[in-house]
Amino acid sequence: MAEKEFPVQHGKPSDLERIKGDSHYLRGTIAEGLEDPITGALSDDDTKLLKFHGSYQQDDRDLRNERRKQKLEPAYQFMVRVRAPGGVATPEQWLAMDDVARKYGDGSLKLTTRQSFQMHGVLKWNLKKNMQEINSVLMDTLAACGDVNRNVMCNPNPYQSEVHAEVYDWAQNLSEYLSPKTSAYHEIWLDKEKVVDSRESEEVEPMYGSLYLPRKFKIGIAVPPSNDVDVFSQDLGFIAILEEGELKGFNVAVGGGMGMTHGDTNTYPQLARVIGFIPADKIVEVAEKVITIQRDYGNRSDRKNARFKYTVDARGLDWVKQELNERLGWDIEEPRPYYFEHNGDRYGWVKGGGRWHLTLFIQNGRIRDFEDYQLMTGLQEIAKVHTGDFRLTPNQNLIIANVTSQKKRKINELVEKFGLTEGKQHSALRRNSMACVAFPTCGLAMAESERYLPSLLDKIESILEEAGLREEEIVIRMSGCPNGCSRPALAEIAFIGKAPGKYNMYLGGGFSGGRLNKLYRENIGEEEILGSLRPILFRYAEEREEGEHFGDYVIRAGYVEEVHSGLDFHKETNKV
Amino acid sequence: MAFKEINSPFNQEQAELLNRLLPTLTEAQKSWLSGYLSASQTTGSSIPVDSDNQKAAEAGGSPQTVETGSREVTILFGSETGNGQALAEELAQKLEERNFKVVLSALDDFKPKNLKKVQDLLIVTATHGEGDPPDNAISFHEFLHSRKAPKLKDLRFSILSLGDQSYEFFCQTGKDFDKRLEELGGERLYQRIDCDVDFDEPAAEWVEGVLSKLDEGREAEQTNDQSALPEEATQTKQPTFSRKNPFKAEILENLTLSGRGSNKETRHLELSLEGSNFEFEPGDSLGIFPENDPDLVDKLINEMNWNPEEAVPINKKGDTNSLREALLHNFEITILTKPLLQKASELYANEQLDELLKPEREKERKAYIDGRDLLDLVQDFPPYREVPAKEFIKILRKIPARLYSIASSYQANPDEVHLTVGTVRYKAHGRDRVGVCSGQFSERVQPGALLPVYVHRNPNFKFPTDPEKPVIMIGPGTGVAPYRSFLEEREETDTKGKTWLFFGDQHFSTDFLYQVDWQKWLKEGILSRMDVAFSRDTDEKVYVQHRMLEKSRELYQWLEEGANVYVCGDEKHMAKDVHDTLLTILEQEGAMSLEEAESYLAEMRKQKRYQRDVY
Ligand code: SRM
Ligand SMILES: Cc1cc2nc3c(=O)[nH]c(=O)nc-3n(C[C@H](O)[C@H](O)[C@H](O)COP(=O)(O)OP(=O)(O)OC[C@H]3O[C@@H](n4cnc5c(N)ncnc54)[C@H](O)[C@@H]3O)c2cc1C
Ligand SMILES: Cc1cc2nc3c(=O)[nH]c(=O)nc-3n(C[C@H](O)[C@H](O)[C@H](O)COP(=O)(O)O)c2cc1C
Ligand code: SF4
Repeated sequence: MAEKEFPVQHGKPSDLERIKGDSHYLRGTIAEGLEDPITGALSDDDTKLLKFHGSYQQDDRDLRNERRKQKLEPAYQFMVRVRAPGGVATPEQWLAMDDVARKYGDGSLKLTTRQSFQMHGVLKWNLKKNMQEINSVLMDTLAACGDVNRNVMCNPNPYQSEVHAEVYDWAQNLSEYLSPKTSAYHEIWLDKEKVVDSRESEEVEPMYGSLYLPRKFKIGIAVPPSNDVDVFSQDLGFIAILEEGELKGFNVAVGGGMGMTHGDTNTYPQLARVIGFIPADKIVEVAEKVITIQRDYGNRSDRKNARFKYTVDARGLDWVKQELNERLGWDIEEPRPYYFEHNGDRYGWVKGGGRWHLTLFIQNGRIRDFEDYQLMTGLQEIAKVHTGDFRLTPNQNLIIANVTSQKKRKINELVEKFGLTEGKQHSALRRNSMACVAFPTCGLAMAESERYLPSLLDKIESILEEAGLREEEIVIRMSGCPNGCSRPALAEIAFIGKAPGKYNMYLGGGFSGGRLNKLYRENIGEEEILGSLRPILFRYAEEREEGEHFGDYVIRAGYVEEVHSGLDFHKETNKV
Repeated sequence: MAFKEINSPFNQEQAELLNRLLPTLTEAQKSWLSGYLSASQTTGSSIPVDSDNQKAAEAGGSPQTVETGSREVTILFGSETGNGQALAEELAQKLEERNFKVVLSALDDFKPKNLKKVQDLLIVTATHGEGDPPDNAISFHEFLHSRKAPKLKDLRFSILSLGDQSYEFFCQTGKDFDKRLEELGGERLYQRIDCDVDFDEPAAEWVEGVLSKLDEGREAEQTNDQSALPEEATQTKQPTFSRKNPFKAEILENLTLSGRGSNKETRHLELSLEGSNFEFEPGDSLGIFPENDPDLVDKLINEMNWNPEEAVPINKKGDTNSLREALLHNFEITILTKPLLQKASELYANEQLDELLKPEREKERKAYIDGRDLLDLVQDFPPYREVPAKEFIKILRKIPARLYSIASSYQANPDEVHLTVGTVRYKAHGRDRVGVCSGQFSERVQPGALLPVYVHRNPNFKFPTDPEKPVIMIGPGTGVAPYRSFLEEREETDTKGKTWLFFGDQHFSTDFLYQVDWQKWLKEGILSRMDVAFSRDTDEKVYVQHRMLEKSRELYQWLEEGANVYVCGDEKHMAKDVHDTLLTILEQEGAMSLEEAESYLAEMRKQKRYQRDVY
């Protein structure tokens, strides 16, 4: 059925379409590949399929060249991404992640920009045990990656807890309903007995079909005034509409995304655009229909142009809205007003719904025991006594949520003991910073990111000191390549890697994630970065107006032009 | 005529006995007796005539040939790494040039029942294992020591044994043969000579000795030949470079194969053979003359307060070298042997040393020798007098060349040779010690440096050219080197056959030597199967023999299909465990008794289907 609906597509299907098609619902030869003792890798085709199971084959890029000389294959290892809708995890689940990461991984956990856990450095031989132990605490990795709906983001809002509970439920429903139905995952990782699926594709994968989506698909739910999920970066964004503290429904935004390719102006970051409002209980139905539109019309020939944003821009918002209404059989309503203040996190203790919540600053989301800072162990200790839950924020930070007044003291003691931080000692800039993983694990990295941003911030901070901007909240993000995993195109200051030590510098993103930034300097190293930032920051300190954010200022001051749509993102401009 | 007291040297009684005996003798018996009597005169040995001789007589083992016609000389060798065989071949050449009829073969290829017919037997044999015969001498050695062994009254023999003083059972196999052949009645043509690792001079001495003895027996025919000693002729036949005249090979590449975090250091060397005219086949090794650690040499010179510049003799020919150079390049200073200790104690009185050499203190002596070097010796047992370097040098062994299995194919790149070297490191008696040669690669030589090398043929580790013949290769650790050479050659000659490699080491991620090469050959079908055992990746240790056992059924099928089995690498444990595992597999899958399994393998050995290169 589904397949037959496809419109004629130009160009021949990309190789991935073949792989998906031949994979027999994501099985491929993964199971056999795990057994092959001669290599720590899987076959090329299987690595593509493995993503749907929540794991990426990688290798330690620091060792690549050295090992080539040694006639050893690259140090193959696997990154495992755990799906956690809305980033919520119980203490028990936390302890399991911690344990697995220490046992099979590189002894660290990465809190991702989509509120999930990643562990790196898992060897092929341990992959299965790793998956099983994750599943043993009722978490899984299925569809954490791949051409399917990804981890559903949801504002971990500690302020309005009752609304959060409600919204979080919807996030879970979405996640549940939209995940693939094939039993391949359970066969391969959980030793469920094999079923030779002779059924029709719409029985096996009623929504996705045997070819799944043309590309990854992302959904996020924001609860104003916080836009921490960067709702406009999502393929499909939902904005909770609250009236006197009650959830009425959601505004629907479509066609956002960050990824692009250097030098290819047909690829660009784009903002999702609001096309209407729906009652809360329609959210799953609407999501499904939107996804089927992308399934049927998304580009299956050129993966660089396959994201929903390109489908939307190619056919226009009205078409999307009309197609959606048709598939729904009812019309979505006019959008309702909403207002976002920021897309960052608010640190420290707050009270909400009779419980306490502590937001901790986790630099770039990396949790590990550093010599002088036992972060991982500290959190492990907290998990042992904590009775509430943990919430991963969309900014790679961590909330210890639903702490009873009795437990608050104990947890505070541990926070003190292990020197866990709300980030107060850092500049507001650092507290609003994000960096993607990049080297050494990311296969696509062109420049350092997670390993480099902290030291760059040290140097920028000293400029801020001088300029008296230490407490000024400025959103700064770095990505090791133009895929934009840290959502850099939305930052007030952004760096996107081009080559080792070289970055494109962008300015002018909106403080609340509502505006894309613009290229300011191309392919520059640290010296030029600091050199060009310094005067701007000083002038900003001088000339900013009451409450004027840096991103708005640089546009007013003419450093960069305002970008209204992704379509203008690459437009040549007379740079200062 | 009848003997009388007056017409013969016999007394009354003897004459009577003879008169009674002689008429009863057959012709054969008569001629045998005459031969026997004349022979026993030359040797002075007088063995009572017993029924055995009667039989020998019947068998027509007629000693007349002693006087008549040129004798047939049988040269048998027991050799694993080729030294013995090379010497045997040289000797055969020399004899043929002297118009001797020569039979040359490995001990095991010689039919034991023909032994009775042999007149002159020359054996060149090494000792391997712990005093064991080389692989190609095992069954002959067994036969000779069994009750089936014939009496060898009319045999003349001489033994050249190759060995290494640093082993407890020095030249054991040679000694065994020497002793046993005498027991069986053989006559020693020329004394046995036991060679240490620097065997050139003693071996040459033995060859000369044997030749002259053989010549004696036939001065008659020996008229002109003597003059035509074709030394030069043979020289030209050999490549200009050899063990005696090593080629200076430039190091092209010298890197560690072991990945970061490995407990081991296994190195990959590439040397240039350009201009050497060396040729080699998979299975051959490269000999390298190492250089001692300059640091150790200087310490030694200081300890003895010698003059490093003093010229010292470095061989019997009387060539000289400066003391420091000599200690660096000519002499062994890192291994202690019992003879060395003895010579040392003779050289300079040191009671404690004399004490240590007392037979009853053998245990302590062995313990002391282990893991110690010359510096230890002169520090622990200092000479009571100034010992001049010249004297001291005399008690030292020549530094032996180290052999390394060649890991590359001549066909693929004739101007290069690759080696796989495990660095020997250990702590002993409070000092960190490094192997002389492997340590040199690891710490003292960079690409560009020159090493004195020669190609060391190993006829007993050869791979089939016939692709129809299945090949099973077992080589954990550096033992995998020759298989890289073999498969590279197969790739180069584009030969595909059934090949199965068993490899093992400590860790998959750091110690999978040449991993990408095997992967490539597996993809190309040059290598059809590979099984690996990484001992330290799992809780319980797994080794190659465990993998073999897991695959016992297929492995047995391969054997039944006539597969050749190769084992290379560690001698102390691996080779034995693998051997036992092969037996188990034959018992399990072939429903054989242990005896049957053993003779199955013995038979494979004979047919050269079971070859080992262990060290
Ligand atoms: C871990 C994470 C960054 C982080 O530091 O947190 C991440 C890491 C990677 N991303 Fe991402 N992405 C992550 C969020 C994002 C986001 C932000 C978001 O979704 O809110 C984006 C931009 C939004 C978007 O999708 O447009 C993003 C856009 C990409 C792209 C570009 C997609 C495109 O449309 O061009 C790729 C490359 C691709 O898909 O071909 C990519 C690919 C990757 C891979 C898997 C590289 C690869 O494909 O081999 C990176 C793994 C690195 C590593 O070693 O862990 N990642 N990636 C984030 C995990 C989120 C999660 O838990 O699911
Ligand atoms: C036919 C053949 C092929 C070979 N192929 C290879 C090959 O391919 N690769 C390879 O690496 N080697 C190979 N070898 C071994 C190689 O020839 C050398 O023996 C080895 O490299 C050690 O030489 P060395 O000079 O480094 O160490 P040496 O200076 O000779 O020291 C080795 C000696 O140190 C002593 N010793 C070692 N460990 C300890 C300890 N723990 N405690 C006390 N004493 C100790 C022992 O007496 C040992 O004999 C082969 C040997 C043969 C005979
Ligand atoms: C693994 C191994 C074990 C050996 N064991 C002995 C031994 O027990 N006694 C001995 O005198 N020599 C021993 N040797 C030394 C050899 O006999 C010596 O190297 C000889 O030159 C080898 O001759 P071939 O090349 O003909 O085999 C051993 C050599 C090796 C490689
Ligand atoms: S942005 Fe690029 S470098 Fe960074 S994690 Fe994503 S893919 Fe890797």
